[in-house]
Amino acid sequence: MSTITLTVNGEPHRLEVPPMKRLLDVLREDLQLTGTKEGCGEGECGSCSVLLNGDLVNSCLVPVLQTEGATITTIEGVADLAGPGERLHPIQQCFLEHGGAQCGICTPGMILATHHLLEKYPQPDLSQIQEGLAGNLCRCTGYTRIFAAVQAAARMEGSK
Amino acid sequence: MRSNAANYDLIAPPSLEAVLAVLASEPGSYTVLAGGTEIMVALGAGRLSARRLISIQHLRELRFLSASDDTLILGAGTTFTDIRRDAILASEFPLLVQAASWTGSIANQNRGTLGGNIVNGSPAADSPPALLAYEAELTLLSSRGTRVVPYTDFHLGYKRTILAPDELLYSIALKRSYQGYKTYSRKVGTRKAQAISKVAIAALARVEEGRITDVRIGAASLQDRPARMTATEQAVLGQAITADTMQRAREAVLAESHPIDDIRSTARYRGQVAANLVEEFLRSLQTDPR
Ligand SMILES: Cc1cc2nc3c(=O)[nH]c(=O)nc-3n(C[C@H](O)[C@H](O)[C@H](O)COP(=O)(O)OP(=O)(O)OC[C@H]3O[C@@H](n4cnc5c(N)ncnc54)[C@H](O)[C@@H]3O)c2cc1C
Ligand code: FES
Ligand code: FES
Repeated sequence: MSTITLTVNGEPHRLEVPPMKRLLDVLREDLQLTGTKEGCGEGECGSCSVLLNGDLVNSCLVPVLQTEGATITTIEGVADLAGPGERLHPIQQCFLEHGGAQCGICTPGMILATHHLLEKYPQPDLSQIQEGLAGNLCRCTGYTRIFAAVQAAARMEGSK
Repeated sequence: MRSNAANYDLIAPPSLEAVLAVLASEPGSYTVLAGGTEIMVALGAGRLSARRLISIQHLRELRFLSASDDTLILGAGTTFTDIRRDAILASEFPLLVQAASWTGSIANQNRGTLGGNIVNGSPAADSPPALLAYEAELTLLSSRGTRVVPYTDFHLGYKRTILAPDELLYSIALKRSYQGYKTYSRKVGTRKAQAISKVAIAALARVEEGRITDVRIGAASLQDRPARMTATEQAVLGQAITADTMQRAREAVLAESHPIDDIRSTARYRGQVAANLVEEFLRSLQTDPR
């Protein structure tokens, strides 16, 4: 067992966990943050995406010891990034309005990947959106509505 | 079946020196863990045989890019995202930047390291062909000292390398001497990003008065390891880019390709595609005057 201190969605935690435990399992089991999903467990699908010190990562491939001292944002904390007390982040609002979510399994990862994308390219073109979300697989929407949601979120941010 | 994480140990000594000391005290008993995009996949699939791991992911000493007038050095812990962000790499080593952009998704590029891609030793990995074309030099480090080796000597066979159990890959050096070279790279797979290649080549050449006066071709998935295509290079060196030269190049490609048959493709298909890619490379030298 190792003692890990990390900050998740603004809250500090101190945990006794096996050092090789996947960050995904620590979030879901130890911290009860079940918004982060497991699809493939091997880095292919992106449903476990979270922000680790601001970078998009697949939490199924991160051993928790490598998050010592880190700051993590999961889907549960995304709204707070928009401002204190916000219920939904503009990206979440746009996914809702544009039908970017159906069964919802891919959605937490898609939202975080979109957040990371818009930090890098506030006004992404379609190919940048496709590249930014290429690691996030969706079995339901056919992607078109997701791309529309991302474009709408970019417009919303741009008009602020 | 997924492995039980509780059966594994992972340590993260605070400095490069401390990591080397652990590796030296019990050579072979620890497996190095960098970005984890290979090792954690093995853990997830229940096929990680190493029980004791040592993390180097947090070591600042391994994550750097430094340029002098004639050399660019990348620390082994440089991520693919770092590579895609660097201005010198973008202007002078486009083959490596292209390879980085092909290496899985953005999330994968944020974690995966150049050192991990090299040491993992897959014949299909994306950066090795570019590093072979640029004649990269590796610095290997242990508490016994350092050794500098040409990258061409690093891979011994399928997933076998010259790295000793107490050694780390420390850095990768590239000579800044490719002004005026034309470059070509192409990855053929089910999908360009994300999917492991069936065949890929990275090549560069200098053409003077219609003749090829220097040429390097690195290939993935054509042998049991990443390999430079020296016979093909010899077949075209000094030649004008004619139909005849292309024919001889195609024959050389087939002669020096000994790809494996695996779930991704057959040897026959890989050889043919590689010949097509080399031909396309030669045509690009002909039709793109610069
Ligand atoms: C979804 C997905 C898609 C991928 N797509 C591609 C692709 O398109 N192309 C491609 O080439 N790869 C791909 N990969 C593989 C992987 O991302 C790369 O090989 C990556 O470079 C591995 O680096 P790492 O730091 O994550 O390695 P790790 O998993 O940490 O380590 C890999 C190996 O290298 C050793 N090692 C690492 N660093 C050192 C060092 N400095 N000294 C000594 N030993 C070291 C480790 O012991 C281990 O054996 C993909 C992986 C995933 C999960
Ligand atoms: S569950 Fe992590 S990428 Fe699929
Ligand atoms: S909404 Fe079902 S997988 Fe994307």
